[in-house]
Amino acid sequence: MAVPDALLRPGRPRRPGPVGRGIRPSGGGAARRRVVASEQFAGWAFVTPGVVIILLFGAVPIVWSALMSFQRSNLLSPSTPFVGLKNYRQMVHDPVVGQAIQHTLVYTVLFVPGTMIVGLFLAVAMNRKIRFINFYRTAAYATMAISTISEAIVFIWLFDPSYGIVNYALSRVGVPPQQFLNSPSEALYVIVAMTIWGWTGFAVVIYLAALQGVPQMLMEAAAIDGAGHWQTFRRVVLPLLSPASLFLAVWLTINALQLFDEVYLSTQGGPLNATTVLVYYLYDQAFQNFNFGYASAIAYFLFLIILVVTAIQFRVGRRFTHYRS
Amino acid sequence: MTATSALARGGAQSSADGVPGARRRWGLPFSPWHLVLLPATLVLIFPFIWLLVTSVETPSEALHFPPVLLPHVLQFSNYPDAFNSAPFGRFFVNSAVVAVVTVLCNLVFCSLAGYAFARFRFLGRAALFVVIMATLMVPFQVTMIPQFIITKWLGVHVLGAVGIDHIGALILPNAATAFGIFFLRQFFRTLPLEYEESARVDGASRLTVLWRIVLPLATPALATLAALTFLDSWNNFLWPLIAITSTNQMTLPLGLATFQGAHSTEWTLLMAGNVMSLVPMLAIFFLAQRYFIRSVAATGLAGT
Repeated sequence: MAVPDALLRPGRPRRPGPVGRGIRPSGGGAARRRVVASEQFAGWAFVTPGVVIILLFGAVPIVWSALMSFQRSNLLSPSTPFVGLKNYRQMVHDPVVGQAIQHTLVYTVLFVPGTMIVGLFLAVAMNRKIRFINFYRTAAYATMAISTISEAIVFIWLFDPSYGIVNYALSRVGVPPQQFLNSPSEALYVIVAMTIWGWTGFAVVIYLAALQGVPQMLMEAAAIDGAGHWQTFRRVVLPLLSPASLFLAVWLTINALQLFDEVYLSTQGGPLNATTVLVYYLYDQAFQNFNFGYASAIAYFLFLIILVVTAIQFRVGRRFTHYRS
Repeated sequence: MTATSALARGGAQSSADGVPGARRRWGLPFSPWHLVLLPATLVLIFPFIWLLVTSVETPSEALHFPPVLLPHVLQFSNYPDAFNSAPFGRFFVNSAVVAVVTVLCNLVFCSLAGYAFARFRFLGRAALFVVIMATLMVPFQVTMIPQFIITKWLGVHVLGAVGIDHIGALILPNAATAFGIFFLRQFFRTLPLEYEESARVDGASRLTVLWRIVLPLATPALATLAALTFLDSWNNFLWPLIAITSTNQMTLPLGLATFQGAHSTEWTLLMAGNVMSLVPMLAIFFLAQRYFIRSVAATGLAGT
């Protein structure tokens, strides 16, 4: 990526450069140096607006919040003394952090495979030219256009304990009414259900695109070799989909670990902290209690979890992923 | 019948080869896949249907168990009632302004920076690029507190319009993204160098080359970036929740969430407001469905 470019150091204009991406009209040494100088200027002029924004709102905050995580920083006092690892130690002893980690992981472990299985199933079913196929596909895609807030409001209503239609459907098959979002033991699962629904369109798009790249030849070869439908799917199609599966697993996990909108809207972390996930607790500490220092420590801890989980996924995933050359 | 038989027939491409085997085997006048797809689709669109039904019920019908599946009278007055109890028009305009301006800024700034990173050699290029890539990995939650403090400071000391509680605060931090710069740089690097070189020899400036030659060739990449940025901006919730408190500066998701907080038991009003909030995006999505789908698929294929 960036590494080969580093070889092309400006200020050494005579060096031919292995890639030769720059625009260099031929000419004498003086002309070439002038061109390089103007390229310097143009380069900086072109990148400045974008880079200033990213530095100001991306890079600087990364360093700043790292510092803040070692400070006692709240809006009550203007001074922000360094307190060493106090915020991180507080995290270890905070029972809510432990609960939040547990809820976040349970949510992720249910949401990611759930979305992938639903997406794969629908994509395989939709990967054919039959009548109404565009209607079916559009219905799945439409979930992508719904904001998390709209989605949460509809699902709160569907799962309303007193008047919700889900309880009505359950009553028709003899199941007593459930408390759903009001129940500490059920609320998190309702949030899993609503977010799987919300991400179905995304998963279908990714898997459909991958399925359409599966070459016909391989399937015919498998059929000639006597493989049944299920065997062909297991041994030919599924391995060919593995890059898409790895992408989805990583992408959905990163998003799952950052779950916030649905929790904020439907339960506010309750009942009894049953749906307090890491980002919700972080938001609560930062913008309800204004403990910026403590919240920054939680944020960095979340970042660490995301890094570790993603790294593991890539390591494990690589073993099961087949890339076609 | 499993997935692969239809794939083996040619997947999405071919089906005109007479009556497919499965249909014959099952003795059905239609593909057996409809038996899977129709129920699945009904489950997928049921929340939409129930949303619409509730939005035209009377409050007493909505608060009735068992639920009233077909309202006796269509209570369309829920819509004007919702519209009068919260400024949904204003929310929509704010969302649209934020999304459109954010997309335009990203197209301009990310094109410029992406092109420079792809083609020019300048001092500090590699280091700058590494820093930008590093910000791509960090989740928003890590940067949001300093971003809040910086935005507040900017509003007080530099320009009120980009400060806390102005929609400008929703645009400026997202006016250029590391993803956009990286994405366009990768695309620009795949373009042949010859056109640009000959234009330069003919005396065109670098900006002219970018505008007249490179960007027209990069239309698919620009459309993808625009679609993804638009969706992101339109659905963003956490940052507006932090940055905006005044009702007249709220975007649709934040306005809707606030409306829900104020009317949490008035389901008919809430559903009418919800329909009004999601119809514009649904309409845009259907009109430009091809672009949105292609863009989302592109992120997946780029990752593979």
